[in-house]
Amino acid sequence: MVNYLIFILVVAGVYALLAQSLTLSWGLTGLVNLGLVGFFAIGAYASAMTTKWAGWPIPLGIAFSILVGLGVGFLVTISTLRLRDDYLAIVTLGFAEVVRLVASNEIWLTGGTDGIAGVPSIVPRAWGPNYHITMLVIVTSLAITVHLLLNHLASSPWGRALRAVREDQVVAAVAGKPVVLLKAQAFSIAAAIAALAGAIYGHYTSYVAPEIYQPLITIYVFLAVTAGGVGRPLGALIGSYLLIGFLELTRFMAEVVPGVTPVQAAATREIMVGLALILLLRLRPDGLLPERNQRAPKPVAVHPKGTTS
Amino acid sequence: MLSSIVQALLNGLVSGTILAVPAIGFTAIFAVLRYPNFAIGSLATIGAYAGWYANVRLGWPLEASFALAFLGAGIAAVAAEWLAVRPLEKSGALMMAICSLAVGIVLENMVRFGFGNDPRGFNVPLMRDIRFGDLRISPQQVENFAVALLLMALLWVALNFTRMGRAMRATADNPELARLKGVEPATVAAITVVVGGGLAGVGGMLVALDTAADPLTGFRLILSVFAAAVLGGLGSIPGAVVGALLIGMVEELTVLLLAPNYRTAIGFVVILIVLTIRPSGLFGEKSG
Repeated sequence: MVNYLIFILVVAGVYALLAQSLTLSWGLTGLVNLGLVGFFAIGAYASAMTTKWAGWPIPLGIAFSILVGLGVGFLVTISTLRLRDDYLAIVTLGFAEVVRLVASNEIWLTGGTDGIAGVPSIVPRAWGPNYHITMLVIVTSLAITVHLLLNHLASSPWGRALRAVREDQVVAAVAGKPVVLLKAQAFSIAAAIAALAGAIYGHYTSYVAPEIYQPLITIYVFLAVTAGGVGRPLGALIGSYLLIGFLELTRFMAEVVPGVTPVQAAATREIMVGLALILLLRLRPDGLLPERNQRAPKPVAVHPKGTTS
Repeated sequence: MLSSIVQALLNGLVSGTILAVPAIGFTAIFAVLRYPNFAIGSLATIGAYAGWYANVRLGWPLEASFALAFLGAGIAAVAAEWLAVRPLEKSGALMMAICSLAVGIVLENMVRFGFGNDPRGFNVPLMRDIRFGDLRISPQQVENFAVALLLMALLWVALNFTRMGRAMRATADNPELARLKGVEPATVAAITVVVGGGLAGVGGMLVALDTAADPLTGFRLILSVFAAAVLGGLGSIPGAVVGALLIGMVEELTVLLLAPNYRTAIGFVVILIVLTIRPSGLFGEKSG
């Protein structure tokens, strides 16, 4: 039971990383990434392949997956950043499917549908319960570190420029902000964070396969971010833990209903997830912790003596 | 080799014509309501199951089953629009798109809850392929092709010669002007969603007739639907038809020349190319 709880908390930490990614692209910049799970998968594969097959040390594999996430994120945005935002939604949705397709079919590269088993672990699995506790510490501190970095970025001039782009691209452009560049930067860095989450998750579970990276994962992260607060990195962090609690609750609820087949129980859970997102968007779109407006810096000497305004 | 290319093009013509049906539904909803409705795949699945239910459980002929596929998906679409998506109108197109994705998950799993994951075959007689020299085509393909063409012809007549059809086109062109001319936007939106969802439903049934209906029938279709709509120009109905025909043929040629598994990836590649070179598609408005 305790081991299970720890496992759940590690998974929550991975979702917290994904939620930070979505907060950067969607929350701060207004770029909807419906293919988040695709970047999650790419990160997992990049690190698993290099560490398992090429024998790279794990930190190098993880760093490589971050780079791959950054690069692929940039590639995906190139064709759409000048267009209406819903085009990016369509492209990213398709992207995640293509990632799954390539992962299933390029057997020489990815192991096909069998996936990659025995991905090296960050700390020895032989530690038993201590393995999970150590991983919990690692994942949680990583999530908090990324969160603090994102918080820092969000309140920097760069973060303010992103929000300006989100609110009104034309005004941001008129104000001299390089809109397309800012969007490309935000989306690529967000993709890199998702890839990092994937790499960590792959090393933790030691198994990477196409079937793991279902589109539903993207919806989970949207649910976490919407619940916590769109545009508030802390909200996304808290939202991820709420999400995992909610997912466990739906598992429990689906199981106590009598006379329901396993397929029906799984369907019931997914219906609850979808309904939760619909209801949140409707009833509390700002989430638990709504985004705070940054206060404008105090103007210096607004009305100096002897001048009129 | 040549005959297999011609065969692939023939198959593509049939599958492209069938693909045009849900693609018109998707692009029409975009034209009038100004958001991409990601529930379109699940609506196609609902249509496939409604048609299957009528055909197999109720023993209806295919023609009547198509009507139930249209109605079932159309009603599901408008119910979802009213209950879930429309209240978010003020939050913008992106929020509506995300909400429609959540709606899609709910609808797909309602189907899964009711019917399970097993594929459900239609009650159609097995018939020998019709042959023209080296070319072959199944009578079912011919019938599906005819149904898709008939539906498009009906839609064309409705859009050009009825009051509501003209109101829909006017709203798509310029909502403000249409409103000033006395067109009721809510009614036009509701009818567009019923028709768009209904078309997706018939499209789902047409695809399921070829193989079988399962909860992911519609989901497997969406990349091709998006590609057809983007290639034709998002919001353009003639564009969706031409886009679907081209996508259908390119997909069949891909099956011939590349691995068949990459059939659906073609849609994604086409989307990327079109958006990079000519984002407004073949027939679309400016999309900046």
